[in-house]
Amino acid sequence: MDTPETALSALLTRFTPSRDNLIPILHVVQEAEGYLSPASMAQVAAYLGLSESEVHGVATFYASFRLKPIGKQCLKVCRGTACHVKGAGEVLAELEKKLGIKAGETTPDGAYSLETEACFGSCALAPVVVVDGRVSGRVEPAGVGELLKGENEP
Amino acid sequence: MSLNILRQQAEAEWEAVVHPSLPQIFIGTSTCGEAAGAGRVRRAIEEKLVELGISATIHRTGCLGECWREPLVDIIKPGSPRITYHSLTPEKASELIADYLVNGLLRPDLALGVWGGGYDGLPALDTTAMLGPQKRRALRNAGIIDPENIRHYLARGGYRGLERALSLSPDEVICEIEQAGLRGRGGAGFPTAWKWRLCREAEGAPKHLICNADEGDPGAFMNRALLESDPHAVLEGMLVGAYAIGADRGYIYVREEYPLATRRLEIALEQMRDSGLLGRDILGTGLDFDIKLVRGAGAFVCGEETALIASMEGYRGLPRTRPPFPASSGLWGKPTNINNVETWAQAAYILAAGAEAFREYGTEQSKGTKTLSLAGDVRHTGLIEVPLGTALSDIIYTIGGGIPGDRSVKAVQTGGPSGGCLPASLLALPVDYESLAQAGSIMGSGSMVVMDERSCMVDIARYFLTFTEAESCGKCTPCRLGTRQMRSVLDDIVAGNGKATDLEVLAHLAQSVRKGALCGLGQSAPNPLLTTLKYFREEYEAHLDGRCPSLVCSALVHFEITTEKCAGCGVCLRVCPSEAISGGRGVKHVINQAKCTRCGQCLKACPMRFSAVGKIAGRAVREDA
Repeated sequence: MDTPETALSALLTRFTPSRDNLIPILHVVQEAEGYLSPASMAQVAAYLGLSESEVHGVATFYASFRLKPIGKQCLKVCRGTACHVKGAGEVLAELEKKLGIKAGETTPDGAYSLETEACFGSCALAPVVVVDGRVSGRVEPAGVGELLKGENEP
Repeated sequence: MSLNILRQQAEAEWEAVVHPSLPQIFIGTSTCGEAAGAGRVRRAIEEKLVELGISATIHRTGCLGECWREPLVDIIKPGSPRITYHSLTPEKASELIADYLVNGLLRPDLALGVWGGGYDGLPALDTTAMLGPQKRRALRNAGIIDPENIRHYLARGGYRGLERALSLSPDEVICEIEQAGLRGRGGAGFPTAWKWRLCREAEGAPKHLICNADEGDPGAFMNRALLESDPHAVLEGMLVGAYAIGADRGYIYVREEYPLATRRLEIALEQMRDSGLLGRDILGTGLDFDIKLVRGAGAFVCGEETALIASMEGYRGLPRTRPPFPASSGLWGKPTNINNVETWAQAAYILAAGAEAFREYGTEQSKGTKTLSLAGDVRHTGLIEVPLGTALSDIIYTIGGGIPGDRSVKAVQTGGPSGGCLPASLLALPVDYESLAQAGSIMGSGSMVVMDERSCMVDIARYFLTFTEAESCGKCTPCRLGTRQMRSVLDDIVAGNGKATDLEVLAHLAQSVRKGALCGLGQSAPNPLLTTLKYFREEYEAHLDGRCPSLVCSALVHFEITTEKCAGCGVCLRVCPSEAISGGRGVKHVINQAKCTRCGQCLKACPMRFSAVGKIAGRAVREDA
């Protein structure tokens, strides 16, 4: 069976070891492992001939990269202007209350992660919540329970 | 090699779509359509077709811009024009299939309009409120063709701009863009031809060309919709630019948050390679050019061109001082030209239709049309394209259909975090680069968020500064600390701890950041604050007096129960989380203001028939104190 290191090595060989591949590599590592662990970042650094702090610096600069494991279901509340005007704050507060966590956290049982996003560009349907990559528009604070139950099938 | 054979095939294929022998069904599948339930509608239609034994072709299309009434479905029945239906649910879609395709009922209750003229009592699409006044050029195919089918694009004149460009000299192409008066559609409005020429004349090889698809302004979705609806329009513009500039390599830097746009671009690039439109010796003209897709990773600052370049090179997205400009030293130190998504699509239009046609619309200094995203407190939210110089009021009231609930406009936010909030008194303002800048805002990439009287301008200024503070890359002090300081003063004001000197402090900070910040994002970060201070100063003053007139800032409002209206039903008492409500069954309720946390649960809970709870501007008078 593959160890995490050998699985990651196989992934890395798809890229030439040049600096401009750092961000594309971090994307695929996160897609494969759910987040960027210190061990993975160290391996990426070694592969590209960079220091670990360089890789860490880039990983923490960009909002897409996550340094902690993510919950089974990931809810992202849009905080764009139109969503703000249309009550995204209340939607977020309701989700925080229901899940008992703050934005940026994961429930202790690992079931849900709650995040905010600058803007998904679905402003015409504000307020918007994206659940596991699927956009739900015109979300009412009272209706957030349905998002959690996975009742937002397209 | 030329496109002739492919174009003939494409035209034949398109002809069979628009004058079909079988019903043709088009389903809007951009992000807005999908979010509104296009997937469920498609399944319902497929099931109904099977159930009724009808053979039909289903196509996907992009965004017609009527996002507020997605999902949209178009139907062409043999011998009939294309009819657009809106706001469909799976149930309505099933009914429509049976009613129209089997029984010939047009279902005017579900119809939006008919393409190419009125039909049997249904209105022509180009006379409907939202689409009628528009001039769709960058969006010429959006919502019409299948964005994943290059033949649809070719059949509607796609790549004719490229063919014409290749028949001219590179300098003539740049002159054509110059005569058109095209200015960058991403924000600053820099003349596109100048930029192209600078890069063409720059020393060094290879030369790079970048499409900036890092649409980061919250409230903006023009570029997403265009890429999802007609990716080839953008890619054709890039090929025209590559030829004019003499660029060897192209890149599209796409926001991480736009997975569908990314997928459609990947498909489009593959089709271009298969058709001889990318790679070596394009169309036998000796032009070598390829385009690579680069995914962003969620950083607003990467919309700034030097930060974008740093990001593409694998670094933190930090801007640097200019000069040198990217035109002489950009990606990997080589001459680089960066344009926004829409600029590329407009460039392709100019080469196909000619500079004169482009100049038909616009103002003296702002030529052509502009895509705008319309959102917020407006009836018709969506994606539009109008001549530059169109008045804000026409956009909001005619195209946008006015404000829901017959409320009034308080402000229009243009240009995102780099723009400003314009008051209702300026609604006659024409939307062009100069007029918006003069009013203290900017065109930006074209986001427009309408706010009615329920939005608090101090809260909005704080919202934008919270955003720019979080997105500040941290490289220069004025932006890093200035945005933080402005936000913290605004925090105090909305929390009711504002001081008389705060407005002066804010204005001073704003000017310092504007003058001192390194990049355009920092320099423009104070704009939301400055415009609200300029046009809505009385709201700031009200906050300093302890009142939020729009009832948004919870520290500056309070709740009261009107004794005459209260029935003593006990509902509010039960929902109050802080036990601030007294009374009981049949005993009128009273809010203890000292205990009240102003969460508003009582207001939501009070039954409509009583409506006894009121939200009132200003702090409560503490009788207990």
